[in-house]
Amino acid sequence: MSTADTRIHEYDLVVVGGGTAGPMAAIKAKERNPALRVLLLDKAHVKRSGAISMGMDGLNNAVIPGHATPEQYTKEITIANDGIVNQATVYAYAKHSFATIEQLDRWGVRFERDETGDYAVKKVHHMGAYVLPMPEGHDVKKVLYRQLKRARVAITNRIVATRLLQGDDGAIAGVMGFDCRTAEFHVIRAKAVVLACGAAGRLGLPASGYLMGTYENPTNAGDGYAMAYHAGAELANLECFQINPLIKDYNGPACAYVTGPLGGFTANSRGQRFIECDYWSGQMMWEFWQELQGGNGPVFLKLDHLAEETIQTIETILHSNERPSRGEFHAGRGTDYRRDMVEMHISEIGFCSGHSASGVWVNERAETSVPGLYAAGDMAAVPHNYMLGAFTYGWFAGENAADYIAGRAFAAVDGAQVERAQARVLAPLLREQGLAPAQVEYKLRRFVNDYLQPPKVTRKMDIALDRFDGIRDDLEQLHATSPHELMRAAEVSVIRDCAEMAARASLFRTESRWGLYHYRVDHPQRNDADWFCHAHLKKDDAGRMSSFKRAVEPYIVPIDSQERTAYDRLRVAATPQPALA
Amino acid sequence: MTFTFRETTQRSAAPVTVDHDKCIADKGCTVCVDVCPLDLLAIDPDTGKAYMKFDECWYCMPCAKDCPTGAVRVEIPYLLR
Ligand SMILES: Cc1cc2nc3c(=O)[nH]c(=O)nc-3n(C[C@H](O)[C@H](O)[C@H](O)COP(=O)(O)OP(=O)(O)OC[C@H]3O[C@@H](n4cnc5c(N)ncnc54)[C@H](O)[C@@H]3O)c2cc1C
Ligand code: SF4
Ligand code: SF4
Repeated sequence: MSTADTRIHEYDLVVVGGGTAGPMAAIKAKERNPALRVLLLDKAHVKRSGAISMGMDGLNNAVIPGHATPEQYTKEITIANDGIVNQATVYAYAKHSFATIEQLDRWGVRFERDETGDYAVKKVHHMGAYVLPMPEGHDVKKVLYRQLKRARVAITNRIVATRLLQGDDGAIAGVMGFDCRTAEFHVIRAKAVVLACGAAGRLGLPASGYLMGTYENPTNAGDGYAMAYHAGAELANLECFQINPLIKDYNGPACAYVTGPLGGFTANSRGQRFIECDYWSGQMMWEFWQELQGGNGPVFLKLDHLAEETIQTIETILHSNERPSRGEFHAGRGTDYRRDMVEMHISEIGFCSGHSASGVWVNERAETSVPGLYAAGDMAAVPHNYMLGAFTYGWFAGENAADYIAGRAFAAVDGAQVERAQARVLAPLLREQGLAPAQVEYKLRRFVNDYLQPPKVTRKMDIALDRFDGIRDDLEQLHATSPHELMRAAEVSVIRDCAEMAARASLFRTESRWGLYHYRVDHPQRNDADWFCHAHLKKDDAGRMSSFKRAVEPYIVPIDSQERTAYDRLRVAATPQPALA
Repeated sequence: MTFTFRETTQRSAAPVTVDHDKCIADKGCTVCVDVCPLDLLAIDPDTGKAYMKFDECWYCMPCAKDCPTGAVRVEIPYLLR
């Protein structure tokens, strides 16, 4: 196949990723300055892309006046993350949370209300009440799409962004990518870029061995992390992995947040509750893992004690929203909530600040450490941000990028930069023969499981780095037989970058923290004296992946010493403790 | 020595299937092809009907939900079933 053409475009602002945060960023940039030319770019189709492709079951972190305060929420998230948070980012989210809900409500997203018309907020977290169900949440994408059209945002689908374009001063000058149906190479010059590419969802290999059987939408391979890294941006606390308690094999959420308020709970094989609170945190995953290891496993979602009416309500929600194929999965195995507990398992690892804490470092304005580059959503390091946080930081990114662009000209771009990027990306298509991307991806992700899945062992992570070096050589031999497979080849390279970041970040922090997320066998204790700090990672001037410490910013909301350990006490005291081997 | 490099393919049963009696791709519909987040579906020029071209399904279901004639069936991929 010959080299496809190169297309050059110019926009004031490009938003990469049209899932959740991206559409909000594009709309808010246009609202801030309607004269701006704003492009929303996605490798999928914006109508149905990203984590909320089929809608959502609820808001996991709504801070609604009368139910919770921004101060209380900031405190809870600080404690759930063992204190390592930039509170300014969490607090900025919390203060804006209700405005975002009202905006979505005005646009037509439906939230559950009680008899008085008030939002029907539920308590799922350990301390406060922040969960707002959306039993009719399947229309979110439709609502966003309508607003994108109304705001006159330009949309381009099926373009896989691969690298950011930088001016001579290092400031962001656009983005490059290719069409996954034609392999045409696109260079989009811009004055600022918002990255909203979602989680690194294809890092570990699911226990099923199925590459796309991930919790996250598998389009989100970690592209945003890799692009930001290669542009020199700092990434924060990547060793704080995402590991989720999921339905075994199906690998979708068991949805204790939906079922919890209705009486369902996470149980061990004896049907007993063993954790006080089903809210996902490193400590909760630690207890989950202990139960699996300790002889009381497997772990289940227990609903079989509930009334028929309640079960029907649960089925209606869980089998129509968010992951609607779940009903079919259960039917195939003869699982009936009335009779059977649902078998759960621990997920493979990933990066995702939506559920955990790590990602591309941003401040409370959604600015990364690179001028002109903004990040929002699962890939930007604002802890436990979930869907509402993605919308809110998308909003911040759009408005602040619009302000940044004002009066700015296009940066000069060195042509060699584009040629290099194009040659790298298209090479697998030009090779006559070589390695199949899916095979290389399988091996790479198996290594991730073998060497990086907690408990983390120093020697294993050292070996991982060698293996990932080997995969780097294999990338030079990838052969793609179609533009579609070229997309998978590009994703393998992104996954490899993320795998190396996961290993190096984990090796750097020589203590244990965040429960299972960063449990290091050789350094089993938390060590606040040396490690009460952020650990950042970036590509240094010599092109090496380097790690360094950053102080935790002064707290805005103080945490008293009694509250500090609230998340350390998640195990139900009455459960007989398994004998330790 | 004349060792010759060969590539082989791995077979798999597509979890997404299309009812040819219902699919109206021959009348210009491409909805399922458009919405699939992983870009796995295509129109077969021989039959004029939609089909699953790549087996990399996330069993997410926009293809089935948005099809105007209800022609798409999504089954759980065999490895997870
Ligand atoms: C199964 C599941 C259930 C969840 N349930 C809940 C819930 O009940 N409540 C809640 O609050 N949160 C929930 N979450 C979390 C929430 O959905 C996410 O935090 C949020 O949607 C993330 O938004 P985002 O914009 O960062 O990513 P996404 O919405 O995933 O968008 C990322 C976009 O980037 C695009 N993209 C990726 N790479 C590239 C590239 N190289 N070039 C171009 N485009 C690219 C993708 O196609 C996608 O459209 C859930 C998540 C999942 C996966
Ligand atoms: S959406 Fe339905 S009718 Fe349209 S092409 Fe796909 S299967 Fe055929
Ligand atoms: S279920 Fe999802 S991934 Fe599978 S073909 Fe349909 S839209 Fe594509």
